[in-house]
Amino acid sequence: MKIGVYVCHCGGNISEVVDIKKLTSSAENQPEVAVVRDNAHMCSDVGRNLVLEDIKKHKLDRVVVAACSPQFHGKTFMDIVEKAGLSPYVFEMANIREQCSWPHFNEPDLATKKAKDLISVALAKARLDESLSRKTMPIGKRVLVVGAGIAGIQAALDLGDAGFEVYLVEKEATIGGKMAQLSRTFPTEDCAACILSPKMADVPANPNITLFTNSEIEKVSGFLGNFDVTINKKPTYVNDQCVACGVCEEKCPVKIPNEFEQELTTRRAIYVPFEFAVPYKYLIDESNCIYLQKGKCGNCKKVCPHDAVDFDQKPEKVEVKVDTIIVATGYDIFDAKEKKVYGFGTNKNVITSLAMERMIVHEAEGRATREIGKRVAFIQCVGSRDEQIGNEYCSRICCMYATKLSQLLKRADPKKDVYVFYTDLRAFGKGFEEYYKRAQKTGVKFIRGRVAEVNEDSKTGKVAIKVEDTLARQIIESEFDLVVLSVGMTPGAGTKQAAEVLRMTKSPGGFLQEAHPKFKPVDTLNDGVFICGCAQGPKDIPDTVAQASAAASRAIRLMNKGIYAVEPITAVVDEDLCSGCATCVSVCPYEAVKTEMKDDKRVAKVNEILCQGCGSCSAACPSGASQQHWFMNNQLKAMVGAALGEEEQ
Amino acid sequence: MKNNTEPKIVAFCCNWCSYAGADSAGTSRLQMKPHFRVIRAMCSSRIDPELILDTLKKGAWGVLVAGCHPGDCHYVTGNYRTQKRIALLKNLLQELGIAPQRVRLEWISANEGGKFQKVINEFIDEIASLGPLQLAGRSTAKEAS
Repeated sequence: MKIGVYVCHCGGNISEVVDIKKLTSSAENQPEVAVVRDNAHMCSDVGRNLVLEDIKKHKLDRVVVAACSPQFHGKTFMDIVEKAGLSPYVFEMANIREQCSWPHFNEPDLATKKAKDLISVALAKARLDESLSRKTMPIGKRVLVVGAGIAGIQAALDLGDAGFEVYLVEKEATIGGKMAQLSRTFPTEDCAACILSPKMADVPANPNITLFTNSEIEKVSGFLGNFDVTINKKPTYVNDQCVACGVCEEKCPVKIPNEFEQELTTRRAIYVPFEFAVPYKYLIDESNCIYLQKGKCGNCKKVCPHDAVDFDQKPEKVEVKVDTIIVATGYDIFDAKEKKVYGFGTNKNVITSLAMERMIVHEAEGRATREIGKRVAFIQCVGSRDEQIGNEYCSRICCMYATKLSQLLKRADPKKDVYVFYTDLRAFGKGFEEYYKRAQKTGVKFIRGRVAEVNEDSKTGKVAIKVEDTLARQIIESEFDLVVLSVGMTPGAGTKQAAEVLRMTKSPGGFLQEAHPKFKPVDTLNDGVFICGCAQGPKDIPDTVAQASAAASRAIRLMNKGIYAVEPITAVVDEDLCSGCATCVSVCPYEAVKTEMKDDKRVAKVNEILCQGCGSCSAACPSGASQQHWFMNNQLKAMVGAALGEEEQ
Repeated sequence: MKNNTEPKIVAFCCNWCSYAGADSAGTSRLQMKPHFRVIRAMCSSRIDPELILDTLKKGAWGVLVAGCHPGDCHYVTGNYRTQKRIALLKNLLQELGIAPQRVRLEWISANEGGKFQKVINEFIDEIASLGPLQLAGRSTAKEAS
């Protein structure tokens, strides 16, 4: 056996704490070690070539790299070892950066000792590594996209255009998501509906996309290349014969606040979500329909000329098989009622920014929903950057949408007094700073300070605000006709549900966590599952669209070749030792182990495709017959020995 | 066991949550006492009680097993298995006269670097006060009551 050991300085990240010379000289004296080298950046081309050339020149059959976490560069080196003609599983990594030089930088001597031990642990495992090879499996071209806001639409269109089969599932009755509610988009002030609606129309027009609206993902089982998805299609009580003629709506006696319009207008119990909804057809809101609740009325059914109303519709379960999954479940706006000090919900002249979006849309169309007034104040960071309510993160869009709304208000009426009370003005995107400066020139007053008090006078309806201008160092008390709360983003109900159904990891703010913040921003730790848009974290439309295309492309990367490599770190049974007790069968979460008769003896047998390599069966096996490749019993014991400073025999 | 004056902790961490949590502590430069060695497995449920006993026998003062939070297991139910096995093992330790607190089970997610730091520092302090495990005769001890 010939082992090569490579110690990385990581450009000082490791070498400034750990004594590299001590590591290399200690490694040189370890059994079976043939080559020891160190390099400033093992992950660089130079570092990689060192390994590649040594394997060939010195006929190495094991490689240990002491550097960063295997979760950071493990794959980099496994690929190099494989390229040199060895099994990628004769490679081991000693994590002397994240788990040594960084958390122990105050104790260099102990850190050096620890790094030595970590290399010994990696060596102990490497000596017992088997030459495992990756198996290849066929993979299809079917993708589930969860959520059909702008993120899901973009991902679905990219995939559909590339020839992949897409199932696009949206919980609402129409696609379009939050973007459909916006007036215009910053900083260009494009009309949101005008740029979104053509994309929405492209979805049903794409022959590769199967759209499920009013539907939710109920269950997902399986794994990359083999996901089984159960979609729950909720009833709309209107069948496909509906041509949206609108006769039913005129006869519906129910009038309730319209949620799409932020309750500024009303709608009927039978309705189309909005004027450019896709699909453009009616649905019945079950909880407000008199017939569905009490069995009376039924006006819509009586008047429908196309016999489209069907009160007997039941929820329908649809099963689909897919190869990869993209989660684009988006966000909800922060519930401003939680921030009690601003009095949202009790003060009628305190509204959310989303309501302001809708007011501006209606006003521009000459059908104003309510009086805006002369003096308007925006309060920033409502539900963002607020540890009191538990949201530490910045929502990234509020500074710019408030600036945009201020511009739209000023353009409609230059005499309006518009104030924006902010914590910090974050104009970080392309064209944002320029837009902010332009807004200042139009006379919008940007004042730095977090609003402390908001009080509405019940008689006049004027809202008094008290705030400290932290730049001018003075307290401002002023009255406004309308106060707009710039509400931030929270992980949406759909995002929470998707996280649960798909067992995804969440970041501290509750948004879905990416596999790596820099290099795998749309991958997740679940193989074959990708994330994009605001499900991953707050972001604006261009970033969302970019991420959606990125997620589609990462999914295509996995599927396009038609085969993918399966990790060989599955369970394996030594049939001579196996007593056929089936303990392993009972602990396997994937039904990957079965018992079968072999030469008159019952033995356990592992299905290597179904086995995901947790090793639970190996731990449960009473006779040591069940083991896990790459984590064999003798390897774990050898690692423990090395970790505790046992000398290698 | 030579120079057995400093605590020696072996921390078995699952690949998906706790190992990433340990990385996260390091990335955030959270300082920890260096007396622990992390051994990675794919799932905490790979770590059988026998291996933990072997680890104590080989000179570890304490063993930490860390996995994903309940409900978050990458392998669906692995951490529930771990939980049951560790509970049984602790009973056994008691029988053997070994302080059960020498084996500790924690749920640490990928973003809980702070929790990893806290657990490690706490555990090292606790185990340091117990001192090295003195095995008498046929691998039994007399520290548990």
